[in-house]
Amino acid sequence: MPPLDVDATVMANRRLSRDYNVLTLSAAEIGTRTRAGQFVMVRPTGMTETLLRRPFSVFEIVRDARGAPIAITILNKRAGRTTNRLYEAEPGDRIACLGPLGRPFTAVSAPSEAWMVAGGVGLAPFATLAEALAAAGTPTTLFYGARSGQELFHLDFFDRLGVTLVLATEDGSRGERGRVTQPLDRALASRAPGSTMIYACGPEPMLAAVAEVAGRHQQPCEVSVERTMGCGMGGCYSCVIRVRHGAEAARFVRSCISGPVFDGAEIVWD
Amino acid sequence: MARDLSVRIGSLELPNPLIAASGCFGYGLEYDEVVDLSALGGVCVKGLFMTEREGHPPPRIVETPAGMINAIGLQGIGVHRFVREKLPLLRERGARVFVNVCGTTVDEYVEVSKVLSQAAGVSALELNISCPNIKEGGIQFGCSLMGTSAVVSAVRKATHLPIIPKLTPNVTDVASFARAAEDAGADAVSLVNTFLAMAIDVETRRPTITNVLGGLSGPAIRPIAVRMVWECAQDVKIPIIGMGGITNARDTLEFLLAGATAVQIGTANFVDPFVWSKVLAGLEDYLERHGIDRLSDLIGAFDPTPPTAVHA
Repeated sequence: MPPLDVDATVMANRRLSRDYNVLTLSAAEIGTRTRAGQFVMVRPTGMTETLLRRPFSVFEIVRDARGAPIAITILNKRAGRTTNRLYEAEPGDRIACLGPLGRPFTAVSAPSEAWMVAGGVGLAPFATLAEALAAAGTPTTLFYGARSGQELFHLDFFDRLGVTLVLATEDGSRGERGRVTQPLDRALASRAPGSTMIYACGPEPMLAAVAEVAGRHQQPCEVSVERTMGCGMGGCYSCVIRVRHGAEAARFVRSCISGPVFDGAEIVWD
Repeated sequence: MARDLSVRIGSLELPNPLIAASGCFGYGLEYDEVVDLSALGGVCVKGLFMTEREGHPPPRIVETPAGMINAIGLQGIGVHRFVREKLPLLRERGARVFVNVCGTTVDEYVEVSKVLSQAAGVSALELNISCPNIKEGGIQFGCSLMGTSAVVSAVRKATHLPIIPKLTPNVTDVASFARAAEDAGADAVSLVNTFLAMAIDVETRRPTITNVLGGLSGPAIRPIAVRMVWECAQDVKIPIIGMGGITNARDTLEFLLAGATAVQIGTANFVDPFVWSKVLAGLEDYLERHGIDRLSDLIGAFDPTPPTAVHA
């Protein structure tokens, strides 16, 4: 289905911390079409300081009492001009959303287990994935790492869906101190090869580490990458990442249309 | 009454003057779901060499005020795969296909042009003698009058298709290059390619893109591009395809008035892939408001009479 360009209204802005917020956007039509792992290209309408859109995973699909999508949300972290503007957005502001775009996650079902690994703002694609997995009855765990306990968000949401939580923080203020890949590695030691689908989203060094851990334990792994992106449609060739299929030579592919979700074993990390 | 938006580039009749700019529209098929490719004046596909090219390592773009700098490095599938895998589908969709032809040597431009001339479904060849992002070829030819003449006259002998050298703005007098192209047998010229540019990350004191240098595009360059189109229009008789930061009908009209017969839209398509129908509607509206039947009547219709002073 083709992507839509929706001039959405900001319905709510929940500021989660000094850096993070969740924007609710009236893009019901995009919500209806979105599959977990897909993204939208976003631009505050009328913003003159910047030109290009920015990619955001669809964080949640907001539904009415009957389950029909009425909005989407995006999880935003302040990093530059557009993300600052999105942090400061007020209800009623307009934000252009182009999407859904990109290749979604492959949701597995029992007897396979699903283990999601999120680092920081890399939590973004996992709310919709957790819902899809819960609907399929797949046993699901979220390994979630952040700088501190104050930057671990939405834990209740995952808890309500029956997702097992394994937390890690860099400062040790909540969960295990250190990287989230440590508890992941230990837990995988007791899993039979091929029994556990690993999904990961976060900083690239974390994704490379997760792909390595998954490979060592002979588990399948899908990673969602974020590269500097121009258009989100395959037009500009900016967001390339090096990928190797089987015995073929590694080559640059566009993460907007061949990804953002890739087989973790196929990515050639920088 | 329906207004006539059609324009002619030599023997080519286009239903409207909007052409997707090379390097900004993939091979066209990426936009198949959102744009009726046959409704565009033309689709200029990504630059092609004889063989596949990997391009530069990312990051390849950085946003700058009212524009962006790119150094993609002409990643591409090569002319043979294009002819096999993409061209039949573009043909099926009724697209008027312009192919951006690249080369590291004059011979390579000739070879790529020959392959495309033997394939069915190519409307015109745009000769890329202006990409600022590759080490060999490209802009080396476009920055020398002799190089420009050499590429154009060699390709002229090798093809029956219309040839359109794409000129770089990174020269002192772009009109002299348009003349050299015309004298060497070009059917039209397109301009401008991007301006060689650079942006530094002051926090890290390092480059913002891997290639350090790249090409600046977007609204930031538009007034310079309009000036260059106007200069060329006074110097050559062949049609000019103008480009540089066009985002809407007003910008399109500015280029047409300056003397462009058609335009290319690039960066604006990144921001809004639905831009095409909006520009066409804006052009229709302009003709309606001004009581003009044919858009082509506006080509070169710039009136240099000084503006009436407005005191605020």
